[in-house]
Amino acid sequence: MKSHVLRPLWVVLALVAVVLLFRVFYVPQNFGIGKRGYMYGWHREANVEDWKNFKVKYNGSSEFCNNCHPDKYESVMKTPHAIIICEDCHGPAIDHPVDPPKLTIDKSRGLCLRCHTYLAYPTSGRADIRGIDPAEHNPDMECVMCHNPHNPMEGLR
Amino acid sequence: MVHGELWTTKELFVYPNEYIYWSIQIVMYPFMTGLVAGAFVLSSLYHVFGIKQLREMARFALVFSFALLFVAPMPLLFHLLQPFRGINVFMTPHFTSAIAAFGIVFSTYGAIVASEIWFVYRKYFVDVSLPLKNKQDKSMGEWIKYLIFCSLTLGSYDVSEESLKRDEKAVKILAGIGIPVACFLHGYAGFIFGSVKANALWMTPLMPVIFIMSAIVSGIALCMLTYILAMEIRKILAKRKKASLPSAHYQSSEEIKGVEISVVRMTTKYLLFFLVFAISLELLDLVFRGYTAVKSWDVLRSVIYGRDFTDIFVLQYGIGNLLPLFIILIPGITIRRAVISVMLILFGVFMMRYNVVIGGQAFSLTFAGYMHYHMPIIPHDWETFKEGFAGAAFIGLMPFPLFCIMNRLFPAFDFESSH
Amino acid sequence: MITRRELLKNTVRVIGGIALPLSAFRIITAEEVLAANNDGTKVRWVFLVDTYKCVGCGMCVKACKKENEIPWDANVTRTWVERYVHTKDGKVYADTPKGARDGFTTTKIDLGMGEYKDIKKEDIERAFFVPKLCNQCEKPPCVQVCPVGATYQVPDGVVLVDRSWCIGCGYCIMACPYGVRFFHPVYHVAEKCNFCYHRITKGMKTACVSACPFGARKIGNIKDLNDPVTKIIMTERVGILKEEYGTKPQNYYIGLSEEVK
Repeated sequence: MKSHVLRPLWVVLALVAVVLLFRVFYVPQNFGIGKRGYMYGWHREANVEDWKNFKVKYNGSSEFCNNCHPDKYESVMKTPHAIIICEDCHGPAIDHPVDPPKLTIDKSRGLCLRCHTYLAYPTSGRADIRGIDPAEHNPDMECVMCHNPHNPMEGLR
Repeated sequence: MVHGELWTTKELFVYPNEYIYWSIQIVMYPFMTGLVAGAFVLSSLYHVFGIKQLREMARFALVFSFALLFVAPMPLLFHLLQPFRGINVFMTPHFTSAIAAFGIVFSTYGAIVASEIWFVYRKYFVDVSLPLKNKQDKSMGEWIKYLIFCSLTLGSYDVSEESLKRDEKAVKILAGIGIPVACFLHGYAGFIFGSVKANALWMTPLMPVIFIMSAIVSGIALCMLTYILAMEIRKILAKRKKASLPSAHYQSSEEIKGVEISVVRMTTKYLLFFLVFAISLELLDLVFRGYTAVKSWDVLRSVIYGRDFTDIFVLQYGIGNLLPLFIILIPGITIRRAVISVMLILFGVFMMRYNVVIGGQAFSLTFAGYMHYHMPIIPHDWETFKEGFAGAAFIGLMPFPLFCIMNRLFPAFDFESSH
Repeated sequence: MITRRELLKNTVRVIGGIALPLSAFRIITAEEVLAANNDGTKVRWVFLVDTYKCVGCGMCVKACKKENEIPWDANVTRTWVERYVHTKDGKVYADTPKGARDGFTTTKIDLGMGEYKDIKKEDIERAFFVPKLCNQCEKPPCVQVCPVGATYQVPDGVVLVDRSWCIGCGYCIMACPYGVRFFHPVYHVAEKCNFCYHRITKGMKTACVSACPFGARKIGNIKDLNDPVTKIIMTERVGILKEEYGTKPQNYYIGLSEEVK
């Protein structure tokens, strides 16, 4: 009779075989070492496409808005607010006017205060922006009640 | 709510995404693996180096190590946000990560311990299954018992003198291989922390060594504690049996006590050796950090000597290390003193893990802010259970019922049936 | 005498031999290895931040959260803006309330634990804002430590997370010295800035770059010598964050100062 000593080894090898077999079914085919090598490129290749197909929400440019709203576009382009893209206040609009047909405009005081709270910070562009102290300057009112964001320089309305 | 936000408060300048992501279960994880490794090393001291006084302890430590082995990965599963994907570690291991080694090292180690147990208990399996095999009308319970033990023999019924010699040799070899693997198992747990260069407290090459040493300390301490408990129970049983069956031969309570104290005395010596070594390494690390005082030292010093002073110097070093050291060093050790000191030592090792894991996240990556950990005590949902005191206690107590089950398959205190 | 060709061949054999068990029996061809070494890619995304231009409006954070579906009220964010105020008595105060999701609308510095410190205009020596986002490091430690290959670097430099493979161990979060990673509150996997990979691969700018009214943020391709971002990085004095970690970060900053963490 053969020695019994190796029997646990056979059990272990059988288990390893089971794991390896399971692995064949479990791990996606495209999992492997990518172009960046094993240290930085060990991944499921299809995931790159997954991320590329992630839904875009922002057009990222006001030119898109100009197609349908040239009046608004032209008026704001003459003002210091021309540097702000429409979507910063009007919200992401990649599928507008289909989805959503009407954008939700952020008219809140908080939005204006992002830039126009005066912070006297040297070596930062913030100090150059005309600003107010939100605690002093009409604290209970919305900015848009007096100021026109599309033409901030026109004076109070 | 963001994972981690529940038990983290931030002070001064902390990056917005920083939380104490590694909480109590990650404290439990190295603590439990440490116990596994320590228990195994203790049993190997007998099998490999032939330290006869540890014979009693060795068999028990081996079975206990096996019970702990099943508990060791549980904190990780509790900690994972995707526990069902935990198997990915085995499926697509990325070996540049210390955690990926877990799959391989842990299974290798498990295989070694299981094989060793098989060799130690092979004769016992045969002894149990053979009479059952020949018995004619087996009851349901006997059938189950027969099937379990029959498969445990792996079809080998050869218990001749020669084959038992082979078993003994195999045990010796396996225990020999097992020691470095056990150290590796725990060393890599230390490596998980020591290799995180982003964390100023964790990053030191000493971390794996410190972890191994304290692992052995905690493993020996837990084995001693459980061993003493088991012996106390046996003493009570022996007294009862003597009262009911005075004529039959059983080990008397005095005999058990005699064996017990000599085992405890012997084990304490090893405990002491590893404890001193562990403390020295930890102090070396601390001294080195203070002496070199690199960029991170300002914030580290404020954590070590300020915010975490009680946790580190009072609870860990004071109550957890020095106090038991003195208790052991006073001559003429008794069982009671041994119990107190090993319990304190276990607490000390736990605090060491706590101070490394939680302490390493007590300061921000900015070095200009702090985070405070508030462990959820009373669970009110799954998250607060598994990431809180209740989950940690559950993990901490798990090895004992598991050991009781295993003790029925591999009787750890049986004297006659094995070497 | 070993020719270069032989050396290459042998290297390929050795690498192939080592990689064989690692990729679990997937055979690596010589072409694949050579392609990896030659690095035939023509794109390497980098980021350029001008801290002089940043006014701390936080429009970038707002746009990022909406574009990348990070729950608005969750206290985590892929990008954020920090405020540094250096006072005349040599103290440095810094904060980033809610990652500057709503910008900086007060002079009070958030000290955490519900405490604030108001700093008077005349006490300020210098003060400025620093936008932060993933550095898409050339040697990303977060990728190195992922145990399952759920995060990886695309040859164009961007580090992505595979949401279907991440086990949520948090090792990558621990490994990042910049604190850019977190657990996604909905998907419960590691999450990070990926330079709006879905946008830049379509020729668009990232959401934060588009949303910034002041041109403080720019994204470019460092391998394109005509790219304006590349030109600035090549000709001006730019800094990087925490270079001591050896991660080779690829976000370049104009106007860094020693107090920036």
